[in-house]
Amino acid sequence: MTAETKRSIDFNETTFSNERRAPADLAPIANEIRRDIIRMLVRAGSGHSGGPLGSSDIFATLYFGGYMRYNPKDMLAPRDRFVLSAGHMAPVMYASLANAGCYPKKEQETLRTYNTRLQGHPGRDMHLPGIETSSGSLGQGISIAVGMAMNDKLLDKNDRRVFTLTGDGELQEGSVWEAAMAAAHYKLDNFCWLIDNNDCQIDGRVPDVMNVYPIDKKCEAFGFDTIVVKGHDFADLMRGFDHFLSNQKNNVGKPTAIICQTFMGSGVSFMNDKYEWHGKPPTKDQAAEALEELSSQS
Amino acid sequence: MELLGSKPTRFGFGDGLLALGERHSNVVVLGGDITGSVMTQQFKEKFPDRFFSIGIAEQNATTIAVGLALSGKIPFFASYGAFCALRNADQLRISVAYNEANVKIGGGHSGISVGPDGATHQVLEEVAYLRTLPHMTLIVPADYEEAKKATIAMGEMVGPAYIRFGRSPVPLFTTPDTPFVLGKANIVMHGSDVAIIANGALVWEAVLAAQELAKKGIHARVVNVHTVKPFDFETVTAAARECGCVVTAEEHQVHAGLGGAVAECTAKNAPVPIEFVGVKDSFGGSGDPEELMVKFGLTWREIYASALVAMNRRDKGSSGVRAIKDVPVYTV
Repeated sequence: MTAETKRSIDFNETTFSNERRAPADLAPIANEIRRDIIRMLVRAGSGHSGGPLGSSDIFATLYFGGYMRYNPKDMLAPRDRFVLSAGHMAPVMYASLANAGCYPKKEQETLRTYNTRLQGHPGRDMHLPGIETSSGSLGQGISIAVGMAMNDKLLDKNDRRVFTLTGDGELQEGSVWEAAMAAAHYKLDNFCWLIDNNDCQIDGRVPDVMNVYPIDKKCEAFGFDTIVVKGHDFADLMRGFDHFLSNQKNNVGKPTAIICQTFMGSGVSFMNDKYEWHGKPPTKDQAAEALEELSSQS
Repeated sequence: MELLGSKPTRFGFGDGLLALGERHSNVVVLGGDITGSVMTQQFKEKFPDRFFSIGIAEQNATTIAVGLALSGKIPFFASYGAFCALRNADQLRISVAYNEANVKIGGGHSGISVGPDGATHQVLEEVAYLRTLPHMTLIVPADYEEAKKATIAMGEMVGPAYIRFGRSPVPLFTTPDTPFVLGKANIVMHGSDVAIIANGALVWEAVLAAQELAKKGIHARVVNVHTVKPFDFETVTAAARECGCVVTAEEHQVHAGLGGAVAECTAKNAPVPIEFVGVKDSFGGSGDPEELMVKFGLTWREIYASALVAMNRRDKGSSGVRAIKDVPVYTV
């Protein structure tokens, strides 16, 4: 199937809330996502702070920069798809979806509580709009996303975009590379792999726990068009996403990897670049301090 | 019950898959490098646009199948049962079962009948694992015809499903007209002296055992539990209550497989003596399939002997289970 016969997904353009925004417009959205994350986590009393805060700028760009095409009022309608492979980063996805209007913002308060739609790790059975799949066991989401991209490119032959996000510690899971191999083998230029490269995992710095570098060379060797961006610079993030869009449009026959260099816990000074914040929530006092700092930036 | 021939159950999977492919354009197949062995080759030749080679990467194949299923396709992934039930166990648990993804797995070369390949390839534990997964349907067909019908049925139901089949030819004794309903056990022979509950290649051995028992005036009920999950509590409970003793028979560890499922059912509904025929807490070994079936005690002789033991245990005790009537059957 050639580019000429690629079928357009029947997106209902009139209902899109995610028109293309300028980099400067994304900062306040990312700031609100960060504040929501802090408010969710302090209330829950458990959960992951570092990764969600550190990837908030990536999520703001993805969901609000015009790259994901979706109808927040109907997340089962034709849409681009995002699979969160790093399931423990759920709070940033929940906050993004709430701010996009996919579900009520107030429901964020239920994170990790009894019968919530916002489990500690995403559960598809809870039918929260925008959750494409359950995830939490690392290395699986990327394979699911590859399967979706194979469907779109090789079977349905449409122009849907498939995004997935893994952590960098997640790259230690061998099945990640099985997925990468398949994405390149099937020339999935509709597939965009976002890597949140904050260099931290629960036990310490990534190279100390198990070295995964050089990530860019590995991705290239596996057949990805690989681009490294500054993960807290919206213009640079958009450069990466634009590169992917161009790859898909031009049928380059290669999947795209965007390595986003981030800082765990970014936006909150006392968490910034500290792996100790991978898997714990702020105390009430810490949350107040964090919210004050974030409010002063907005 | 008569013998109609001999054919591997894997041929039934391959033929069923081909029939499904002709019937449904959204059936797709993922290959794990052994497409000739597990009989997906003919689908690949007939529907090349709907076949995808994933290489020797069972974890990835399983989760790619999830992505396809979440896009409206009906993906089948087949490999050796040793690799597509346990190596990918985590993927089956979270991405397939928890997602309720419409993924179908074909586990070939299962049990010891794979023979000369040796113990590493003789998977004897996967039924125990798979039947604990919520939402999973698990089928262990007895012969070629049943495997074919089961493959079509699993493709046409919605939800995760696994079918277990073998490499070597096994007796063929059902016909295209034999009823097959997922989740509904078949009574292969009627009787009420002892219930022999079997699946897979052991169903025919159970028939042979029942025929030998008949020579002594003992009428065994042979029940083919082809669907281990969802489990047919009604039929198994009735067999236990009406016969008062049970023998289970399977080409699998005696622990936590079909025997375990039957024991869980009867413990609640009809606590009768049970004898278990199967592999008794050991790995497989090298040899021809027939030699190994004898070595591991998976023939009609063990079923026959176990039936006598079970009946003796029943008659020496006084559980009164046979008197249970009109009591609701507990399930799950």
